[in-house]
Amino acid sequence: MDNLQELLHGFTIAVTVPHLVLMAVGVLLGILVGVLPGLGAPNGVSLLLPLTFGMQPVSAIILLSSMYWGALFGGSVTSILFNIPGEPSSVATTFDGYPMARDGRPTTALATAFGSAAFGALIGVILITFLASWVAQVALAFGPPEYFAVYFLAFASFVGMGGAAPIKTVVALAIGFAIAAIGIDTVSGSVRLTMGVDELVKGVSFVVAVMGLFGIGELLVAVEEEFHARAVSSKIDWREVFRAVGRLPRHSVALLRSAAIGCWMGITPGGPTAASFMSYGIARRFSRRGRYFGTGEVEGIISPETADHAAGTSALLPMLSLGIPGSATAAVMMGGLMIWGLNPGPMLFVDQKDFVWGLIASMYVGNIVAVALVLLTVPVFAALMRIPFVVIAPLIVIICVVGAYSVSNSYLDVVMMLGFGIVGYLFKKLFYPLAPLVLAIVIGDKAEDAFRQSMLLSKGSLGIFFANKLVTCLIVGGIALLLLPLALQLARLLRKPAPSANETTVQEKVII
Amino acid sequence: MGRTSTFLLSAAATVLAGTMPALAAWQPQKPIEFVATAGPGGGTDNLARAVQNIITKHKLTEQPIVVVNKGGGSGAEGYVYGKASAGDPYKVIFGTSNAWQQPLVSKVAFNYTDLTPIAAMAQDEFLLWVKQDAPYKNAGDYLKAAAAGEFRMGGAQSKDTDEVLTRMIEKAGKVKLTYIPFKSGAETAVQLAGGHLDSHVNNPSESIGQWRGGTQRPLCVFSPKRLPQGPKVTASEGWSDVPTCVEQGLDIKQYEQPRTVWLPGKVTPDQAAFYVDLMKKVQATPEWKDYIEKTSQVDTFLTGAEFDKFIKEDLEHVKQVAGEQGWLVK
Repeated sequence: MDNLQELLHGFTIAVTVPHLVLMAVGVLLGILVGVLPGLGAPNGVSLLLPLTFGMQPVSAIILLSSMYWGALFGGSVTSILFNIPGEPSSVATTFDGYPMARDGRPTTALATAFGSAAFGALIGVILITFLASWVAQVALAFGPPEYFAVYFLAFASFVGMGGAAPIKTVVALAIGFAIAAIGIDTVSGSVRLTMGVDELVKGVSFVVAVMGLFGIGELLVAVEEEFHARAVSSKIDWREVFRAVGRLPRHSVALLRSAAIGCWMGITPGGPTAASFMSYGIARRFSRRGRYFGTGEVEGIISPETADHAAGTSALLPMLSLGIPGSATAAVMMGGLMIWGLNPGPMLFVDQKDFVWGLIASMYVGNIVAVALVLLTVPVFAALMRIPFVVIAPLIVIICVVGAYSVSNSYLDVVMMLGFGIVGYLFKKLFYPLAPLVLAIVIGDKAEDAFRQSMLLSKGSLGIFFANKLVTCLIVGGIALLLLPLALQLARLLRKPAPSANETTVQEKVII
Repeated sequence: MGRTSTFLLSAAATVLAGTMPALAAWQPQKPIEFVATAGPGGGTDNLARAVQNIITKHKLTEQPIVVVNKGGGSGAEGYVYGKASAGDPYKVIFGTSNAWQQPLVSKVAFNYTDLTPIAAMAQDEFLLWVKQDAPYKNAGDYLKAAAAGEFRMGGAQSKDTDEVLTRMIEKAGKVKLTYIPFKSGAETAVQLAGGHLDSHVNNPSESIGQWRGGTQRPLCVFSPKRLPQGPKVTASEGWSDVPTCVEQGLDIKQYEQPRTVWLPGKVTPDQAAFYVDLMKKVQATPEWKDYIEKTSQVDTFLTGAEFDKFIKEDLEHVKQVAGEQGWLVK
């Protein structure tokens, strides 16, 4: 138990008054940037980075990582209250968080989200503590084919899930892939799909797409339907915060499963976004109340939140031990490490013990500080739901416009965001699912890069996806998840044969 | 009083610098935007933030500086933005040699001639790296092995500096390599550590941690002479112990990547002179030396005619490689 001893030493570094103050400041700033859409954790951390140049590296990383925790929590707030995800990884939280909040239970939704997020982070940090060296080895086994297989698994677990008509899911996915392809292509280096707009060479930012699709799209639907247009009369009850957190252990299966998915995706490194989508998809499949998902189910909040934070936390490990950032924020922090004179890589754990274990200890303490602070803010945020729609609606428009503009100070982004708003509205009216579209925008280009890198390696042979045990397991798992709903449907149909049903099944199989 | 002393200071610095003393009269009147043509955390972003930090710390200008990242499209986003901001002396673009290389090989909506060159500060060196337990001890062995089997070479981006160098190695060493592009040098280094690649040509700072950690080691450096003596990286070796590639029979004398600084086009000569001067002052600080050492780069400063000459030479060279590979866009 060498690690345990190191950890205790780390606690003596992390639990000092100046460091606790830094944590509290970091978390509060983080919540702020997390709640303000468009700012987000990567931007917040890079704004704060120059301030840390004069600090001790361990103090600097404690400040920045605390900000990261705060932002991860804050990002869920706007997802739940206004259907505007501040971070790519909190998109999946909107699916059930927002309906629950609209249903007059914003306090429950927020407290559940924060509670399960803290659980996920805790599991992630325990994993880092005890399995650091093993985890680093696992990550090294991932070449392009394995990366592709992980993304494939994420798509499969989400897409095969059903819900919307399969053909509509495929259409949404295809549009998402096309949007992800805009800009410079990594593998060929050429410019794609910019349609003569020079600025589009940068690609379409996720934030721009999501603010439009979710924020503006939802607003347009709400304006049309009178039901949404009244304020939610939510009672603000402090006790509900604790009751909601207290109810979490009843969903221990969902919590553990989601934490496992999150850790796995954080290490491999599929990242928190893929983790949250995958966790939601799998929960929907395996939960007993799966068919109620999307209407404000507790497990629909627990699953993505737990996985998101477990992945976000364990993503710091590949950064420290290998020098590959598992998320955008980790990338900024890695830049910071270089400037502080530390080289991320396998030797960090040997050369800079104080730094590494101080950081790991601060993850425990920082997350406790963060969850305490966010739970205190729940009633304040929940009270926002009582503000009448006529006041909130213009505010949402302002938030979305400012958020889109601040991505890269570009008016084009604002115009595109509004365009995505109309797309989002049309999708809702025509019952097309938004989730596959967003998933394809976020990890579509990564999946494509990994696939084409694999093809370069194998000179065009698909055999590379079955070349070793790891990649074969991942691919087979993905195919199984994809075919599972079809198999179940087929089994149901065989039991109750209907003349036209067989035909549909065959047709669906072709589509997927 | 404050104004006078700043004026005197800048006047003194210009005299010291000895370039265009009469033209440095322009002073910024509003906040300055540093545009990093890379995402947060990359080498270019680090440079922009280090320069920002030094300027703020030493109060080299009275105006505040903000760094924005426009790294989309392998940096094209930032350059296109610079082109669109013609005549605006409050936007400073930080990039690399892709300012002139990228327009050669892909249809991006800018060329380096749309921008006003300020300086090339700091050069990143390139080395040939292999996995720690690879059997070859020098570049000669490596080339022999590469000639026998199909070697996989990784690098950051497509048709960019790494792939250009790969094609140069193919030609000089008479071998054939399969080039696999990744998003960044850091990603490439991990792929080599995992044994998914045979080699890559990372900059020192992209692989120093991996070298120290014993997952990969450099065979040779693409530089006319060995790198300067610095602190040891591993227990027994430092950068200066890495032989040059020419020494080992891989005849590529020099290949390096400058970090470049630009203003948008159509700015006045005294506005450009102000920034040349500002960057010179930055370079004279101890923090800059510290930054250079920590990121294992080489300190250089090219401006004016020297910088122009460097661009022209590099451009000719890349054009030749790109032409042979059929990459040139019309």
